[in-house]
Amino acid sequence: MQDNAALNWKKPKAKKKEKMLIQTIKRLLKNKLAVLGLVIIVLQVILAVFAPVLVNYSPYEQNLSETQLGIGSPEHLLGTDNYGRDIWSRLVYGTRISLIVGISSVGLGLIGGLTLGLLSGYYRKLDGVIMRIVDLLFAFPGILLAMLIIAILGTSIVNVAIAISIWSIPGCARIVRGSVLSIKKQEYILAMKSIGASNSRIILKHILPNCLAPIIVFATMRMATTILSTSALSFLGLGAQPPTPEWGAMIADGQDFMWTAPHMSIVPGIAIMLVVFAFNVVGDGLRDALDPNMNLDV
Amino acid sequence: MEGLLQVKNLEVQFKTGKKRLKAVRDISFSVKRGETLCIVGESGSGKSITSLSILGLLPTNGEITKGSIRLSKQELVGLPEKEFQKIRGNEISMIFQEPMTALNPTFTIGFQLREPLMIHRKLSEETANKECISLLKRVGIPDPAKKLKQFPHELSGGMLQRVMIAIALACEPNLLLADEPTTALDVTIQAQILDLIDDLKKQMGMGVVFVTHDMGVVAEIADQVMVIYAGEIAEIGDVDSIFNNPQHPYTKGLLGAVPNVDEKEHELNIIPGSMPNLDDQISGCRFHPRCPYAMDVCRKKSPPAFRVSDGRQSKCWLQEVNVNESATTIT
Repeated sequence: MQDNAALNWKKPKAKKKEKMLIQTIKRLLKNKLAVLGLVIIVLQVILAVFAPVLVNYSPYEQNLSETQLGIGSPEHLLGTDNYGRDIWSRLVYGTRISLIVGISSVGLGLIGGLTLGLLSGYYRKLDGVIMRIVDLLFAFPGILLAMLIIAILGTSIVNVAIAISIWSIPGCARIVRGSVLSIKKQEYILAMKSIGASNSRIILKHILPNCLAPIIVFATMRMATTILSTSALSFLGLGAQPPTPEWGAMIADGQDFMWTAPHMSIVPGIAIMLVVFAFNVVGDGLRDALDPNMNLDV
Repeated sequence: MEGLLQVKNLEVQFKTGKKRLKAVRDISFSVKRGETLCIVGESGSGKSITSLSILGLLPTNGEITKGSIRLSKQELVGLPEKEFQKIRGNEISMIFQEPMTALNPTFTIGFQLREPLMIHRKLSEETANKECISLLKRVGIPDPAKKLKQFPHELSGGMLQRVMIAIALACEPNLLLADEPTTALDVTIQAQILDLIDDLKKQMGMGVVFVTHDMGVVAEIADQVMVIYAGEIAEIGDVDSIFNNPQHPYTKGLLGAVPNVDEKEHELNIIPGSMPNLDDQISGCRFHPRCPYAMDVCRKKSPPAFRVSDGRQSKCWLQEVNVNESATTIT
């Protein structure tokens, strides 16, 4: 597969011009680590979507006669926990929660960050106020900010998503503001004004698409942070409540049995690690692939 | 005939820190339909600022402090932004110096050409596309349907400037502002673009304000010429009399600095010194430190605009001395 991508790449002029999207994907596929990351993400998505088909037991089904079975048990591939629940099925359903919380909180964070970033970058008068608010958000350590918000809203997985999305806003807002500041100085924006385009039209139709590349990278990297933070908050008991099969909560459940049944914590731990790793390397790969200054032949 | 554009006593100031700098001082001119006015001057003389203030697109620290700009009887100074947006691109359009930077590199030609049609004429994307093709044909671009799908980097500078002209003329404006539209192009393409602008002006009966520092371009395209120096009008008049009988020493200097390929041993004259900064305090005539004819009075008093003949003014004390005693002063 690698060879194929490389072969295709040697004759880029074969088709007169390729869409930006196809070019980016091709560059991404040249990066081996990013491909590995993509495979992990795709697997995760498959697990999340087909969860009911892939498991034999309900993640909530307790079986007190078969507790703490080890990895490789004939009936339970990844063993069972202290209540005899199948770890594989809990892991698979946990994938759903990570993905849903990840996507929704990154999405909400992007909406907030883009709005604030675009406004503060474009309108000089709003810049001071918005950026001070963003500085304020930056001043808190992320997890502390999330805990504070959860303390106000109450513990639940939905509130975790909200808390983490608020935590994503400042980073996104700064990146967008930076891009907007450089783009709005360009002559083509003046040219757009000279044909009578309104401010909102210029912001949404001409500036926003131009600053999407760094945002795509930010969002991918942010998915990793978000999944990790969700687990961390659940581990601390602030997120998903038992018996919800959330990865962080699973680690927390297992920590009392670290010596007798280490797989209870290790299995979800490895899952978190793999997913975080995958989103990070894909983000890295995307950053390189979206950078027009990257020399493709090197 | 009523002028299409009338600028009276325009003054533009810039705020930098606590200082207020005058970039344009007391400039008045008018443009009729079907007429081309060339604004000529060195870099930093206020040419571009004058054209941007007509469009109401001065940089945020710039401000029109005095004077009026009227477009067929409508006052533009102090017009609310929403009203101005209806005028820009619809009644007044602008072409920029660098076609490469004045088009957004991330969008296709078609996307950008559709914008004025969708903004002002509220066309749907499909009808706008058809209109785009005929616009591109009009500005002499071959294979327009294909060009619509291409990106700016795929076209040459001359082609891009034609696209810019098509964008500017999409809604058939009455007034076209051209800010050095040929400076970034090579000479053969320059001539084509000038011809194109001239043709379209005649077809559509527009007025054109053409900003340039190239006297060759002025001779080619202008009906009226306005020479400005350090934000002031040095001399204004029709193109023939300015070229054949320049009155202001600065105009003479500019004409002397045009290379001549016909004479074998033509020596290029230069104007010594350089344009003053905006915050330089210059007593009397602002040109006197560089003027070979400077007299005592030039250092003390700023010259008024002397009438040379009909529609011809020169802001220079030499007029009082040279022309005749009865030279009337226009205030």
